[in-house]
Amino acid sequence: MSVAKLDSMAHALGERFGGVLRRRESSCGELSFDLDAPDLVNTAALLRGEEEFSFESLIDVCGVDYLGYGQVQWRTEQATGTGFSRAVQPGDAGSGPSAAEGEAPARPRFAAIYHLLSLRHNLRIRLRVFAQGENPPLLPSVTGIWQAADWFEREAFDLFGLVFEDHGDLRRILTDYGFIGHPFRKDFPLSGKVEVRYDESKRRVVYEPVSIEPRTLVPRVIRDDHRYRPELRAEPSVAEEGGEASADG
Amino acid sequence: MAEFQSYTMNFGPQHPAAHGVLRLILEMDGEVVVRADPHVGLLHRATEKLAESKPYNQSIGYMDRLDYVSMMANEHGYVAAIEKLLGIQPPVRARYIRVMFDEITRILNHLLWLGCHGLDVGAMTIFLYCFRERENLMDCYEAVSGTRMHATYYRPGGVYRDLPEVMPKHLAESSRKGDRDAALDEGRDGSLLDFIEHFTQRFPARVDEYETLLTDNRIWKQRTVGIAVVPPERAINLGFTGPMLRGSGVEWDLRKKQPYAAYADMDFDIPVGTNGDCYDRYLVRMEELRQSNRMISQCVDWLRANPGPVMLDDYKLAPPKRTEMKEKMESLIHHFKLFTEGYCVPEGEAYAAVEHPKGEFGVYLVSDGANKPFRVKIRAPGFPHLAAMDEMVRGHMLADVVATIGTMDIVFGEIDR
Repeated sequence: MSVAKLDSMAHALGERFGGVLRRRESSCGELSFDLDAPDLVNTAALLRGEEEFSFESLIDVCGVDYLGYGQVQWRTEQATGTGFSRAVQPGDAGSGPSAAEGEAPARPRFAAIYHLLSLRHNLRIRLRVFAQGENPPLLPSVTGIWQAADWFEREAFDLFGLVFEDHGDLRRILTDYGFIGHPFRKDFPLSGKVEVRYDESKRRVVYEPVSIEPRTLVPRVIRDDHRYRPELRAEPSVAEEGGEASADG
Repeated sequence: MAEFQSYTMNFGPQHPAAHGVLRLILEMDGEVVVRADPHVGLLHRATEKLAESKPYNQSIGYMDRLDYVSMMANEHGYVAAIEKLLGIQPPVRARYIRVMFDEITRILNHLLWLGCHGLDVGAMTIFLYCFRERENLMDCYEAVSGTRMHATYYRPGGVYRDLPEVMPKHLAESSRKGDRDAALDEGRDGSLLDFIEHFTQRFPARVDEYETLLTDNRIWKQRTVGIAVVPPERAINLGFTGPMLRGSGVEWDLRKKQPYAAYADMDFDIPVGTNGDCYDRYLVRMEELRQSNRMISQCVDWLRANPGPVMLDDYKLAPPKRTEMKEKMESLIHHFKLFTEGYCVPEGEAYAAVEHPKGEFGVYLVSDGANKPFRVKIRAPGFPHLAAMDEMVRGHMLADVVATIGTMDIVFGEIDR
């Protein structure tokens, strides 16, 4: 995908859907847009139908739960004064995101992300639509536009609890029959909530609360040193070379 | 005579033609399928959620276990997404190695598909023939990574190590006759590249052999021609990619249209079908076997002539050499940090797709700047294919359901994830 082609498509999309599609900065040279849920179906139909765009193929629909975005388990800056903690204890602040935290989030919690592909123009775009509400998060369905959305939306419903209105057949797809909860939400534990085993005396499989304790092997950290900040990267890293020389000696 | 009403039939998950763990609820009118409702998820392992709980590099092994018959192609998609976010490009030799192993993987995948599809439809011999060649390619996997299947060979920034100079041979076994040993070790006297070249020279004749068994076979044609026809517009709307889309006559191949790795330098053709039925998809995949073979031999020639690094020389991403680690404090620290904490990936999101043997395999990564991905979404090619099951088998006979499952090249590792 050439840059010129991307730019001209971005321009064309901007002209046609000025107020509706909001361009997002993407570090990787991809076209990403934000979109409001009520505009989704109309815009999607035009994106697919109009020759200038002809995004005939819906490649993917993916749910995202933004709970705990940017939260870390270890502070790496100003840590030298107090020393690093050695591990993450369950229940530690920041050991895992929880839904009960008080601060008002900067953005809605759930979003669906649509990856579209135009075979004619050999271009991809990405649409992000935040769900309205949280109980349940509501989104319109695009199954009427792309048949492929059917299972993708069922998956997002199953794993994240996104409810796609007018889907027609919104059943669970990947989890077990009778499963409770939406396992890919950030406040759902990795080890799950129930475990199964065969009970000799009852002579059937029984469900019980999980017995394993969730633990963190590698803490989540965000580092902000010269590797990730280009303005710091420009100067030659004298300290590093010096360190290597002394290690040699 | 009494009127039969439509009835419901359960197919799988313990059915040999269900390719793993597919459960189909079929509504039948006599022997004709009225409605098919696939139940999937019996192999769901929450790969994406597991990947969110680990540093980036530790999830490469999970990718092998998605589509467990095309392991390295999955790794390629994941590694490419990380590289896109990091803004790095692997060395050119690593890119050629990746293309070579992607194509070896494609042959591995298509051979398994061909064998199993044939077996489902009633051709026994082809299955044995296919596994004979698969074994050789598995040995290539083993030579380069140490394991026959779950290689974890591709890493962000290149591949784990260069191609071995010596192709391992079989150990002598008393149960094997003497001349059998020699036959097993045919072509293994030189390096891995020599062995692969030897393979590419004899493989076209093997494909001819497969074709003599099936292409003009009357029974094979009766079972596949005109079955599960998908017109091109529908194929696009249903989200088909790969051979499923090309079988319907849409010329679309990411290796040509959006070249990645070293595909821009490869000389190959894209086969397309005309009718969009099971037989056309069979022909497309057979031709892909030959084209993959062509690309592998191009890669072998290039790799012979161009030695060089196969991994970025950046200790923040790639581990230092073992010998260096023993002597330099700096290298030891790098190694320790890389294997405990991993590396942080700049905040952002990226979608990278590769032309997987089954279609478009994409990985969408959301990073909040941490050493673990915030969200990993795997776009498995088989998922939308299986979603079209109902549309493809409606009005067909029960036996055609088996042919349709076969033609989709279903593997549950990737569909259920």
